[in-house]
Amino acid sequence: MAKHAEHNEETGSVGHIAPAKLYVAIWAILMVLTLTTVLVSMVDIGPMNIVVALVIATIKGTLVVLFFMHLRYSPKLTMATVIAAVFWLFLLLSLTMTDYLTRAWSTYPGR
Amino acid sequence: MATSDIGDIQVAERALQHHFADMEQQRETSSFGMWMFLLTEIMFFSGLFCAYLVYRASYYHAFVEGSQKMNITLGATNTAVLICSSLTMALGVRAAQMGKPKLMAILLLITILFGFGFLGIKAVEYHEHWVNHEFPGPNFHFETGDPAHPATDAQHTEIYFSLYWAMTGLHALHMVIGIGLVAWLVIAGLMGAYTPHYYNPVENVGLYWHFVDLVWIYLFPMLYLISKKHGG
Repeated sequence: MAKHAEHNEETGSVGHIAPAKLYVAIWAILMVLTLTTVLVSMVDIGPMNIVVALVIATIKGTLVVLFFMHLRYSPKLTMATVIAAVFWLFLLLSLTMTDYLTRAWSTYPGR
Repeated sequence: MATSDIGDIQVAERALQHHFADMEQQRETSSFGMWMFLLTEIMFFSGLFCAYLVYRASYYHAFVEGSQKMNITLGATNTAVLICSSLTMALGVRAAQMGKPKLMAILLLITILFGFGFLGIKAVEYHEHWVNHEFPGPNFHFETGDPAHPATDAQHTEIYFSLYWAMTGLHALHMVIGIGLVAWLVIAGLMGAYTPHYYNPVENVGLYWHFVDLVWIYLFPMLYLISKKHGG
Protein backbone atom coordinates (compact mmCIF):
# COMPACT_ATOMS: atom_id res chain seq x y z
CA MET A 1 0.00 0.00 0.00
CA ALA A 2 1.02 3.55 -0.55
CA LYS A 3 2.30 5.54 2.35
CA HIS A 4 -0.39 8.04 3.20
CA ALA A 5 0.76 9.83 6.29
CA GLU A 6 4.02 11.11 4.88
CA HIS A 7 4.69 14.77 5.25
CA ASN A 8 6.37 16.58 2.44
CA GLU A 9 9.67 17.82 3.74
CA GLU A 10 9.99 20.85 1.49
CA THR A 11 6.60 22.44 2.07
CA GLY A 12 5.51 20.74 5.28
CA SER A 13 2.32 19.81 3.46
CA VAL A 14 0.06 17.15 4.89
CA GLY A 15 -0.67 14.54 2.27
CA HIS A 16 1.22 13.17 -0.69
CA ILE A 17 2.27 15.49 -3.52
CA ALA A 18 2.46 13.66 -6.84
CA PRO A 19 4.94 14.94 -9.45
CA ALA A 20 3.42 17.16 -12.17
CA LYS A 21 4.99 14.93 -14.83
CA LEU A 22 2.86 12.02 -13.58
CA TYR A 23 -0.34 14.04 -14.05
CA VAL A 24 0.71 15.06 -17.57
CA ALA A 25 1.51 11.43 -18.42
CA ILE A 26 -1.92 10.30 -17.16
CA TRP A 27 -3.54 13.09 -19.21
CA ALA A 28 -1.68 11.92 -22.34
CA ILE A 29 -2.78 8.30 -21.82
CA LEU A 30 -6.39 9.43 -21.32
CA MET A 31 -6.29 11.46 -24.55
CA VAL A 32 -4.84 8.55 -26.53
CA LEU A 33 -7.46 6.17 -25.11
CA THR A 34 -10.24 8.61 -26.06
CA LEU A 35 -8.96 8.76 -29.62
CA THR A 36 -8.65 4.96 -29.67
CA THR A 37 -12.21 4.37 -28.49
CA VAL A 38 -13.59 6.78 -31.10
CA LEU A 39 -11.60 5.13 -33.92
CA VAL A 40 -12.59 1.61 -32.82
CA SER A 41 -16.27 2.63 -32.76
CA MET A 42 -16.03 3.32 -36.51
CA VAL A 43 -15.02 -0.25 -37.30
CA ASP A 44 -17.69 -2.96 -37.22
CA ILE A 45 -16.37 -5.75 -34.99
CA GLY A 46 -19.80 -6.99 -33.88
CA PRO A 47 -20.41 -7.43 -30.15
CA MET A 48 -16.75 -6.61 -29.50
CA ASN A 49 -17.54 -2.92 -30.13
CA ILE A 50 -19.35 -2.75 -26.78
CA VAL A 51 -16.66 -4.75 -24.99
CA VAL A 52 -13.81 -2.58 -26.29
CA ALA A 53 -15.69 0.66 -25.53
CA LEU A 54 -16.47 -0.36 -21.95
CA VAL A 55 -12.99 -1.81 -21.28
CA ILE A 56 -11.37 1.43 -22.49
CA ALA A 57 -13.82 3.49 -20.38
CA THR A 58 -12.96 1.37 -17.34
CA ILE A 59 -9.20 1.79 -17.89
CA LYS A 60 -9.71 5.56 -18.20
CA GLY A 61 -11.91 5.64 -15.10
CA THR A 62 -9.39 3.63 -13.09
CA LEU A 63 -6.56 6.02 -14.06
CA VAL A 64 -8.67 9.04 -13.05
CA VAL A 65 -9.58 7.49 -9.68
CA LEU A 66 -6.08 6.20 -8.87
CA PHE A 67 -4.05 9.26 -9.82
CA PHE A 68 -6.20 12.39 -10.31
CA MET A 69 -8.31 11.46 -7.28
CA HIS A 70 -5.22 10.33 -5.31
CA LEU A 71 -6.71 6.94 -4.41
CA ARG A 72 -3.25 5.40 -4.81
CA TYR A 73 -1.99 7.63 -1.98
CA SER A 74 -5.11 7.41 0.19
CA PRO A 75 -5.80 5.40 3.36
CA LYS A 76 -7.16 1.86 3.04
CA LEU A 77 -10.50 3.12 4.34
CA THR A 78 -10.89 5.21 1.18
CA MET A 79 -9.98 2.22 -0.94
CA ALA A 80 -12.68 0.20 0.88
CA THR A 81 -15.20 2.98 0.15
CA VAL A 82 -14.46 2.83 -3.56
CA ILE A 83 -14.63 -0.97 -3.65
CA ALA A 84 -17.98 -0.79 -1.80
CA ALA A 85 -19.28 1.63 -4.43
CA VAL A 86 -18.27 -0.66 -7.27
CA PHE A 87 -19.76 -3.67 -5.44
CA TRP A 88 -23.13 -1.96 -4.87
CA LEU A 89 -23.17 -0.83 -8.48
CA PHE A 90 -22.56 -4.46 -9.49
CA LEU A 91 -25.44 -5.60 -7.23
CA LEU A 92 -27.81 -3.02 -8.68
CA LEU A 93 -27.03 -3.84 -12.31
CA SER A 94 -26.67 -7.63 -12.02
CA LEU A 95 -29.77 -8.28 -9.88
CA THR A 96 -31.88 -6.01 -12.07
CA MET A 97 -30.70 -7.67 -15.26
CA THR A 98 -31.11 -11.23 -13.96
CA ASP A 99 -34.73 -10.26 -13.40
CA TYR A 100 -35.41 -8.52 -16.72
CA LEU A 101 -33.46 -10.93 -18.92
CA THR A 102 -35.11 -14.06 -17.49
CA ARG A 103 -38.74 -12.98 -17.84
CA ALA A 104 -39.85 -15.44 -20.50
CA TRP A 105 -43.36 -13.96 -20.49
CA SER A 106 -42.29 -10.46 -21.45
CA THR A 107 -41.89 -9.54 -25.08
CA TYR A 108 -39.22 -7.33 -26.53
CA PRO A 109 -40.64 -5.76 -29.70
CA GLY A 110 -37.34 -4.06 -30.45
CA ARG A 111 -35.44 -7.31 -30.77
CA MET B 1 3.37 35.05 -2.21
CA ALA B 2 5.67 34.98 0.75
CA THR B 3 3.88 33.68 3.79
CA SER B 4 5.97 33.76 6.92
CA ASP B 5 6.23 30.61 8.96
CA ILE B 6 4.41 32.20 11.86
CA GLY B 7 1.54 33.33 9.64
CA ASP B 8 1.33 29.88 8.19
CA ILE B 9 1.12 28.20 11.56
CA GLN B 10 -1.57 30.64 12.70
CA VAL B 11 -3.70 29.88 9.67
CA ALA B 12 -3.15 26.17 10.25
CA GLU B 13 -4.17 26.43 13.90
CA ARG B 14 -7.27 28.37 12.97
CA ALA B 15 -8.12 25.69 10.44
CA LEU B 16 -7.75 22.79 12.90
CA GLN B 17 -11.12 22.01 14.46
CA HIS B 18 -11.05 21.08 18.13
CA HIS B 19 -12.44 17.56 17.62
CA PHE B 20 -9.45 16.44 15.52
CA ALA B 21 -6.08 15.42 16.93
CA ASP B 22 -4.02 16.99 14.14
CA MET B 23 -4.17 18.37 10.61
CA GLU B 24 -3.46 14.99 9.06
CA GLN B 25 -6.39 13.34 10.83
CA GLN B 26 -8.64 16.25 9.89
CA ARG B 27 -7.59 16.02 6.24
CA GLU B 28 -8.17 12.28 6.05
CA THR B 29 -11.56 12.58 7.73
CA SER B 30 -12.70 15.34 5.41
CA SER B 31 -11.50 13.43 2.36
CA PHE B 32 -13.27 10.26 3.58
CA GLY B 33 -16.49 12.24 4.03
CA MET B 34 -16.18 13.50 0.45
CA TRP B 35 -15.67 9.94 -0.83
CA MET B 36 -18.79 8.81 1.06
CA PHE B 37 -20.73 11.61 -0.65
CA LEU B 38 -19.33 10.59 -4.03
CA LEU B 39 -20.43 7.01 -3.30
CA THR B 40 -24.02 8.24 -2.94
CA GLU B 41 -23.52 10.21 -6.17
CA ILE B 42 -22.47 7.01 -7.94
CA MET B 43 -25.68 5.33 -6.78
CA PHE B 44 -27.63 8.44 -7.89
CA PHE B 45 -26.27 8.17 -11.44
CA SER B 46 -26.47 4.36 -11.35
CA GLY B 47 -30.28 4.49 -11.32
CA LEU B 48 -30.10 6.13 -14.74
CA PHE B 49 -27.38 3.77 -15.98
CA CYS B 50 -29.52 0.83 -14.86
CA ALA B 51 -32.60 2.21 -16.65
CA TYR B 52 -30.44 2.66 -19.76
CA LEU B 53 -29.26 -0.96 -19.55
CA VAL B 54 -32.79 -2.37 -19.11
CA TYR B 55 -34.29 -0.37 -21.98
CA ARG B 56 -31.33 -0.93 -24.25
CA ALA B 57 -31.70 -4.69 -23.73
CA SER B 58 -35.44 -4.39 -24.42
CA TYR B 59 -35.42 -2.01 -27.39
CA TYR B 60 -32.02 -2.57 -28.92
CA HIS B 61 -32.86 -1.43 -32.47
CA ALA B 62 -34.59 1.73 -31.30
CA PHE B 63 -31.50 2.57 -29.22
CA VAL B 64 -29.21 1.94 -32.19
CA GLU B 65 -31.30 4.25 -34.36
CA GLY B 66 -31.40 6.92 -31.69
CA SER B 67 -27.65 6.92 -31.21
CA GLN B 68 -27.09 7.43 -34.96
CA LYS B 69 -28.25 11.01 -34.29
CA MET B 70 -25.37 11.69 -31.91
CA ASN B 71 -22.60 13.98 -33.06
CA ILE B 72 -19.48 11.93 -32.29
CA THR B 73 -17.08 14.77 -33.19
CA LEU B 74 -18.65 17.09 -30.63
CA GLY B 75 -18.95 14.29 -28.07
CA ALA B 76 -15.28 13.31 -28.46
CA THR B 77 -14.19 16.95 -28.32
CA ASN B 78 -16.11 17.35 -25.08
CA THR B 79 -14.46 14.23 -23.66
CA ALA B 80 -11.06 15.75 -24.47
CA VAL B 81 -12.09 19.09 -22.94
CA LEU B 82 -13.09 17.35 -19.70
CA ILE B 83 -9.85 15.37 -19.55
CA CYS B 84 -7.87 18.60 -19.99
CA SER B 85 -9.96 20.23 -17.24
CA SER B 86 -9.16 17.29 -14.95
CA LEU B 87 -5.44 17.80 -15.61
CA THR B 88 -5.57 21.51 -14.71
CA MET B 89 -7.70 20.66 -11.65
CA ALA B 90 -5.18 18.03 -10.48
CA LEU B 91 -2.31 20.50 -11.02
CA GLY B 92 -4.36 23.15 -9.18
CA VAL B 93 -4.71 20.90 -6.13
CA ARG B 94 -0.98 20.25 -6.37
CA ALA B 95 -0.28 23.99 -6.38
CA ALA B 96 -2.42 24.34 -3.26
CA GLN B 97 -0.46 21.52 -1.59
CA MET B 98 2.77 23.33 -2.36
CA GLY B 99 1.48 26.66 -1.05
CA LYS B 100 1.29 28.53 -4.35
CA PRO B 101 -2.10 30.30 -4.25
CA LYS B 102 -1.53 32.39 -7.40
CA LEU B 103 -0.55 29.37 -9.48
CA MET B 104 -3.56 27.54 -8.05
CA ALA B 105 -5.88 30.43 -9.01
CA ILE B 106 -4.53 30.44 -12.60
CA LEU B 107 -4.90 26.68 -12.98
CA LEU B 108 -8.40 26.70 -11.51
CA LEU B 109 -9.44 29.58 -13.78
CA ILE B 110 -8.30 27.49 -16.78
CA THR B 111 -10.36 24.61 -15.32
CA ILE B 112 -13.40 26.92 -15.22
CA LEU B 113 -12.77 27.91 -18.86
CA PHE B 114 -12.70 24.23 -19.87
CA GLY B 115 -15.91 23.77 -17.89
CA PHE B 116 -17.64 26.54 -19.82
CA GLY B 117 -16.19 25.11 -23.04
CA PHE B 118 -17.82 21.78 -22.25
CA LEU B 119 -21.19 23.38 -21.49
CA GLY B 120 -20.97 25.50 -24.66
CA ILE B 121 -20.36 22.48 -26.88
CA LYS B 122 -23.12 20.62 -25.02
CA ALA B 123 -25.46 23.55 -25.70
CA VAL B 124 -24.69 23.32 -29.45
CA GLU B 125 -25.58 19.62 -29.37
CA TYR B 126 -28.75 20.24 -27.34
CA HIS B 127 -29.79 22.88 -29.87
CA GLU B 128 -29.27 20.47 -32.77
CA HIS B 129 -31.42 17.83 -31.05
CA TRP B 130 -34.05 20.40 -30.12
CA VAL B 131 -34.55 21.74 -33.67
CA ASN B 132 -34.61 18.16 -35.00
CA HIS B 133 -37.54 17.33 -32.66
CA GLU B 134 -35.36 14.93 -30.71
CA PHE B 135 -36.64 16.13 -27.36
CA PRO B 136 -39.17 13.76 -25.72
CA GLY B 137 -42.65 15.16 -25.45
CA PRO B 138 -45.51 16.29 -27.75
CA ASN B 139 -43.13 17.66 -30.39
CA PHE B 140 -40.98 14.53 -30.56
CA HIS B 141 -40.65 13.27 -34.10
CA PHE B 142 -38.47 10.47 -35.38
CA GLU B 143 -38.34 8.87 -38.82
CA THR B 144 -37.42 5.29 -38.17
CA GLY B 145 -35.37 3.46 -40.73
CA ASP B 146 -36.82 0.08 -39.70
CA PRO B 147 -39.87 -0.67 -41.89
CA ALA B 148 -40.90 -3.61 -39.70
CA HIS B 149 -42.03 -1.57 -36.69
CA PRO B 150 -41.94 2.11 -37.66
CA ALA B 151 -44.40 3.37 -35.03
CA THR B 152 -43.15 1.26 -32.11
CA ASP B 153 -39.52 2.00 -32.89
CA ALA B 154 -40.13 5.74 -33.01
CA GLN B 155 -41.82 5.46 -29.61
CA HIS B 156 -38.96 3.45 -28.19
CA THR B 157 -36.41 5.86 -29.65
CA GLU B 158 -38.16 8.47 -27.52
CA ILE B 159 -37.12 6.40 -24.50
CA TYR B 160 -33.51 6.57 -25.72
CA PHE B 161 -33.74 10.35 -26.01
CA SER B 162 -35.44 10.63 -22.59
CA LEU B 163 -32.46 8.85 -21.08
CA TYR B 164 -30.01 10.87 -23.19
CA TRP B 165 -31.45 14.18 -21.97
CA ALA B 166 -31.80 12.99 -18.36
CA MET B 167 -28.26 11.58 -18.12
CA THR B 168 -26.42 14.36 -19.93
CA GLY B 169 -28.67 16.96 -18.26
CA LEU B 170 -27.89 15.66 -14.77
CA HIS B 171 -24.21 15.57 -15.73
CA ALA B 172 -24.37 19.15 -17.05
CA LEU B 173 -26.02 20.25 -13.79
CA HIS B 174 -23.07 18.75 -11.93
CA MET B 175 -20.72 20.70 -14.22
CA VAL B 176 -22.54 23.95 -13.39
CA ILE B 177 -22.28 23.23 -9.64
CA GLY B 178 -18.60 22.26 -10.13
CA ILE B 179 -17.81 25.54 -11.90
CA GLY B 180 -19.43 27.44 -9.01
CA LEU B 181 -17.36 25.52 -6.45
CA VAL B 182 -14.09 26.05 -8.35
CA ALA B 183 -14.85 29.78 -8.64
CA TRP B 184 -15.29 29.87 -4.85
CA LEU B 185 -11.87 28.17 -4.45
CA VAL B 186 -10.21 30.79 -6.66
CA ILE B 187 -11.57 33.65 -4.55
CA ALA B 188 -10.88 31.99 -1.19
CA GLY B 189 -7.45 30.90 -2.42
CA LEU B 190 -6.44 34.42 -3.44
CA MET B 191 -7.63 35.63 -0.03
CA GLY B 192 -5.13 33.24 1.53
CA ALA B 193 -7.52 30.64 2.91
CA TYR B 194 -5.37 27.66 1.97
CA THR B 195 -1.93 26.57 3.05
CA PRO B 196 0.07 23.36 2.59
CA HIS B 197 -1.34 22.37 6.01
CA TYR B 198 -4.93 23.14 5.17
CA TYR B 199 -6.32 22.69 1.67
CA ASN B 200 -9.22 20.30 2.35
CA PRO B 201 -11.78 22.28 0.31
CA VAL B 202 -9.43 22.32 -2.70
CA GLU B 203 -8.83 18.57 -2.40
CA ASN B 204 -12.56 17.82 -2.03
CA VAL B 205 -13.76 20.03 -4.87
CA GLY B 206 -11.01 18.39 -6.93
CA LEU B 207 -12.48 14.97 -6.08
CA TYR B 208 -15.92 16.23 -7.11
CA TRP B 209 -14.60 17.59 -10.42
CA HIS B 210 -12.80 14.35 -11.29
CA PHE B 211 -15.93 12.39 -10.36
CA VAL B 212 -17.98 14.42 -12.85
CA ASP B 213 -15.28 13.69 -15.45
CA LEU B 214 -15.53 9.99 -14.54
CA VAL B 215 -19.31 9.96 -15.16
CA TRP B 216 -18.76 11.46 -18.61
CA ILE B 217 -16.08 8.86 -19.40
CA TYR B 218 -18.90 6.27 -19.19
CA LEU B 219 -21.69 8.42 -20.68
CA PHE B 220 -19.71 9.10 -23.85
CA PRO B 221 -19.27 5.48 -25.04
CA MET B 222 -22.72 4.41 -23.85
CA LEU B 223 -24.68 7.17 -25.54
CA TYR B 224 -22.49 7.98 -28.54
CA LEU B 225 -20.28 5.06 -29.48
CA ILE B 226 -21.42 1.53 -28.76
CA SER B 227 -24.30 1.43 -31.23
CA LYS B 228 -22.66 3.29 -34.06
CA LYS B 229 -21.75 0.06 -35.81
CA HIS B 230 -23.76 -2.99 -35.00
CA GLY B 231 -23.46 -6.46 -36.39
CA GLY B 232 -26.98 -7.61 -35.60
